[in-house]
Amino acid sequence: MAVLVFLLLRLTPGDPAAILAGDAATAEQIDRIRASLGLDRSIEAQFAIWLGQVLTGDLGQSFYYRMGVATLIGQRLEPTLALALFTLVLSVCVAVPLGVLAAWRHGGWLDRGLMAFSVGGFSVPTFVVAYLLIWLVSLKLGWLPVQGYVRFSENHLLFLKHLILPSITLSFIYIALIARVTRASVLEALGEDYIRTARAKGLPETRVLLRHALANAAVPIATVIGIGIAILIGGVVVTESVYAIPGLGRLTVDAVLARDFPTIQGLILFFSFVYVMVNLLIDLSYAFLDPRIRY
Amino acid sequence: MSALEVRGLTVALPRGADRAQAVSDVSFQVEKREIVCLVGESGSGKSVIAQAIMGLLPAALPVSRGQVFLEGEELTAAAPARLRELRGARMAMIFQEPMTALNPVMTCGAQLDELLLFHGRTSPAERRKKILQLLGEVALGDPERMLASYPHQLSGGQRQRIMIAMALALEPALLIADEPTTALDVTTQSQILKLIIEVQKRHGMAVLFITHDFGVVAEIADRVAVLRLGELVESGRREEVLSHPRHDYTRMLIASVPSLKPAQRATLPAGPAALETKKLSKTYTERRWLGPRREVHAARDVTLAVRRGETLGIVGESGSGKSTLARCLARLIEPSEGDIFLGGTNIARSKPAALRPLRSRIQIVFQDPYRSLNPRRTVAQALIEGPVNYGLSREQALERAGRLLALVGLEGSSLERYPHQFSGGQRQRICIARALAVEPEVLIADEAVSALDVSVQAQVLRLLEDIRRKLELAMVFITHDLRVAAQVCDTVAVMHRGRVVEYGSAAEVLVHPRDEYTQALLAAAPGRDFGFGSAAQEAARPGSGA
Repeated sequence: MAVLVFLLLRLTPGDPAAILAGDAATAEQIDRIRASLGLDRSIEAQFAIWLGQVLTGDLGQSFYYRMGVATLIGQRLEPTLALALFTLVLSVCVAVPLGVLAAWRHGGWLDRGLMAFSVGGFSVPTFVVAYLLIWLVSLKLGWLPVQGYVRFSENHLLFLKHLILPSITLSFIYIALIARVTRASVLEALGEDYIRTARAKGLPETRVLLRHALANAAVPIATVIGIGIAILIGGVVVTESVYAIPGLGRLTVDAVLARDFPTIQGLILFFSFVYVMVNLLIDLSYAFLDPRIRY
Repeated sequence: MSALEVRGLTVALPRGADRAQAVSDVSFQVEKREIVCLVGESGSGKSVIAQAIMGLLPAALPVSRGQVFLEGEELTAAAPARLRELRGARMAMIFQEPMTALNPVMTCGAQLDELLLFHGRTSPAERRKKILQLLGEVALGDPERMLASYPHQLSGGQRQRIMIAMALALEPALLIADEPTTALDVTTQSQILKLIIEVQKRHGMAVLFITHDFGVVAEIADRVAVLRLGELVESGRREEVLSHPRHDYTRMLIASVPSLKPAQRATLPAGPAALETKKLSKTYTERRWLGPRREVHAARDVTLAVRRGETLGIVGESGSGKSTLARCLARLIEPSEGDIFLGGTNIARSKPAALRPLRSRIQIVFQDPYRSLNPRRTVAQALIEGPVNYGLSREQALERAGRLLALVGLEGSSLERYPHQFSGGQRQRICIARALAVEPEVLIADEAVSALDVSVQAQVLRLLEDIRRKLELAMVFITHDLRVAAQVCDTVAVMHRGRVVEYGSAAEVLVHPRDEYTQALLAAAPGRDFGFGSAAQEAARPGSGA
């Protein structure tokens, strides 16, 4: 992974030194900057240096921001983390009940409506949703701020207000995904014999749905939430750009535009690490969700 | 007042089904302290009746006419909330498949507990006391462990006992048992039947027992009602119906039950064995991340032989190793130790490439005719694939396929059709034809008639007998059903925990069993005191049915 990222970056056109130096710079100035960044060495040598640093926990210095990449990521983490968590909680809270109800009233208006919504959720691009929401909620109704971000420590209420629209925007595709999978797996569980047993016991329908059907449908739902984290990372980039949130997604875009190799590498390593950890957690959760699964 | 009264019950089928009504104009009663058996083959509507009584019919199958009364209260007019109150409390149900009927992600204790909780027993201590008492009543040892166990950690018999405990919990007036022993081994079945009779006596319950098995009927019924394609054709006291059935259908069903008494069979001239095993063993090792390695001896020191024209029966309960043995014989898996001689060649260690030319000589027919045919291939494609593989031209293979279909009693026009267009019995005939297509010497039938209705089973057994005689096949017949074994086998090997505990001629093993386990197995066969199977015996006798 690290090798692939490293090579891809060095092989794509674009010179970070030229970007740093600005439009009016002379060839000598650019060469000097290039040497100071270490970019005049061979790709093998650059990789060896970088790998040595990463293995000792040092992600290197950003070309553009002139600070440690690790520090940079640390600074930009809060907005992204807040946005991701908000989106996740919002999506699960909306999608799972929707999916269960759709499965329960299989073929009814809610079911058909949900299916139509999820086709929409998948196919409408995130930025379109974002601009539509800004236009409606912020500009027409004036309920929420258009864009920007306020740190939690500065003002709790403003922090919340600034996160609502981005979270809703980002959760669209997520709700579509989770609701579909919830509906399908609950529907499958509802056809099982133990549902008939539960009804034959005279249990109320909510109990049958939640404790018997949903509990048995939990593994695929957990899996799709894990897969969704990957989509979330992509979505964060667009959403943060549209709402001008100074998070990791925004940082990624800026770093790519500036050909800031160490920062891009650091970000990709960081996202990969998060992704692996989340999926490990999801895998471990299977044993908790289904007693038949043991590691 | 009857515990249950069903009056003119009619349940409509959706448009486009094979008949207009799943159940039409069915009336019967179940009195207190009485066991009524509802008997019928698959598709007779017996489970629909059970679900109609419980108010659990899917929306696509509405009750279109008739009434159901539980202790005088009309259920067909009751509100959903009232039905929910009655379910589990005044009427309870146990199902065929105890593995799937229990929720796999809840402990057995929690599943018992929620029943009591939602029927108004709010004190946890009181519920716990009741549950422990129930587990004692269904004779489940180590109740604390049972309560903490998930269904997959228990055996089939234990799971069914949990289901029965659940059904008894609130002292219902009516217990509906829908094929509760069909998925169980014969010795477990006899224990569960005894338990049902015992709790029924103790609680004075009415029991509606749904089954396809006349052996079970002979064992537990007070009265019998026979269903055919949704219509009640006959009902009466057990002795009357079993000994003097009035309706032709009932007569046919009872005659189809194979007799436990081994059939008279012609003795074969001595000859070399077509298939022989010597000290064959298969051991599975289970490795886990943590914890010790576990070895499972699925088959141990199995020494058997079968000649051409002879049928060897391998009899045993689930987990006895009979299917592992079948897979070893056909070399679908490699045995751990021992030898398998096909003709004179030892194939126990042969590599896949060396096995390929030999594969045509051993063929298997499996249990489930619904899943052993590829749904996307026509019958012709299924039948010619093997022969073409072994070098026959397409035309020759097709011509052979046509002959085989005639041999198994299907029309030649079946060639262009797909498996789903056939009934279970017809599909099993196709599976047999497929096995015969490569002209094997040895045919292994692994529970080949177990999934079939008794009347269809009798036909397929007759067909297998017929084919064995005509083609002089060596047949290995694997079954859990002693009645079937008695009718088609020359020699019988009884397997228990991977070992052959008794091996000899069918007449000897099934009439004068020496081993304790064989004796227990025979004693557990339901309806053994009732002389079933005059017709089946007739059919299996050499010379008839050809």
